[in-house]
Amino acid sequence: MMCATCGCGAGQVFIRGKSARQPGKPDEPMHFRARGSKVRAEDIVTKAAETSRIVRLEQDILARNDACANANRKRLAEAGILALNLVSSPGSGKTTLLVRTLRALKGRMALAVVEGDQQTDNDAERIRATGVEAIQINTGKGCHLDAQMVARAMQQMTLPEGGVLFIENVGNLVCPAAFDLGEAAKVVVLSVTEGEDKPLKYPDMFRAASLMLLNKCDLLPHLTFDAELAIEYARRVNPDIRIIRISATSGAGMEEWLDWIAGSCRNTRQHVATMAA
Amino acid sequence: MHEMSLAEDALHIIEDAAKKQGFKRVRTVWLEIGKLSCVEQEAMRFCFEAVIRDSVADGARLEIVETPGQGRCSQCGGKFQIATLYDACPKCGSYTMQVIAGDAMRVLELEVE
Repeated sequence: MMCATCGCGAGQVFIRGKSARQPGKPDEPMHFRARGSKVRAEDIVTKAAETSRIVRLEQDILARNDACANANRKRLAEAGILALNLVSSPGSGKTTLLVRTLRALKGRMALAVVEGDQQTDNDAERIRATGVEAIQINTGKGCHLDAQMVARAMQQMTLPEGGVLFIENVGNLVCPAAFDLGEAAKVVVLSVTEGEDKPLKYPDMFRAASLMLLNKCDLLPHLTFDAELAIEYARRVNPDIRIIRISATSGAGMEEWLDWIAGSCRNTRQHVATMAA
Repeated sequence: MHEMSLAEDALHIIEDAAKKQGFKRVRTVWLEIGKLSCVEQEAMRFCFEAVIRDSVADGARLEIVETPGQGRCSQCGGKFQIATLYDACPKCGSYTMQVIAGDAMRVLELEVE
């Protein structure tokens, strides 16, 4: 059984087709309470003064995810790995862009991919066709990857020491924004077949990203998409965001993107050297 | 519906506190949800009600404290209340507001017995 709304129960998560359920932890579905069974608020308040006390917690809801993300980040840093979290709406061309990127970088550095999708192994298969190791996480009905899922995937794969780990998140511009996976940077892919105002409609994601790849730019002559406006909107949400216009089909902008990756790899190596010193 | 994961994490914090502090039942939960956080309050209420069933917080009342968004303009340095992540600075009109408050999601307090 699973939650009828989003099925986020752990039993729905599969890594390499195997259940990610953790031994010893119950795999309970999330039942929905019948509204009629709710205790009336005023009843609680009336009795409250007699036996209750207040406990102050002031704890960040994301603390558990963030602690796991930081452990991932430490592990990646120790191995000198640059981890990039690729996010976008479905159909932005993320996987095609990733495949082209992997073909360009293969042989120059160690590479690996974590693929997140609700269902199917299709994207991991597309990655493996390039000869790069890919591990698929199926989130079931879940709408995003979290740090624990990535930690478990990292345990099951050969980490690309000194190279790049690409994490392709579930296609969704909303939910993945809040969840740090331990990456060095989030890279948001926006395609010109979408609306220019996506950065304003989904500001959390564009704010969380360090780089925006404006993809499918080869199609611009056939569309009314205003690239300058899209870039202006992205900068309103995130004044520091770096933007590269790119086409995974024609290859335009690829050099700039590969240079950005190379620069980020150098930063990772410097960071590792500082840590060791 | 990332609110489901966030509600589960909030419950985890509550259950942890129950173990450490030895309370058996939670009557009220106060959550701080910043106006600029990525949480939809109604979705959070719906998910929270779902995840607390059969837990120490079963039946608890959820109180959401919404904190206002605050930004600092990178151009003129002014501090202002902002409603979205893309508000212009009300003083100089620049779109370079850096969020300084109102994006937190925290379990603030519990009323327990």
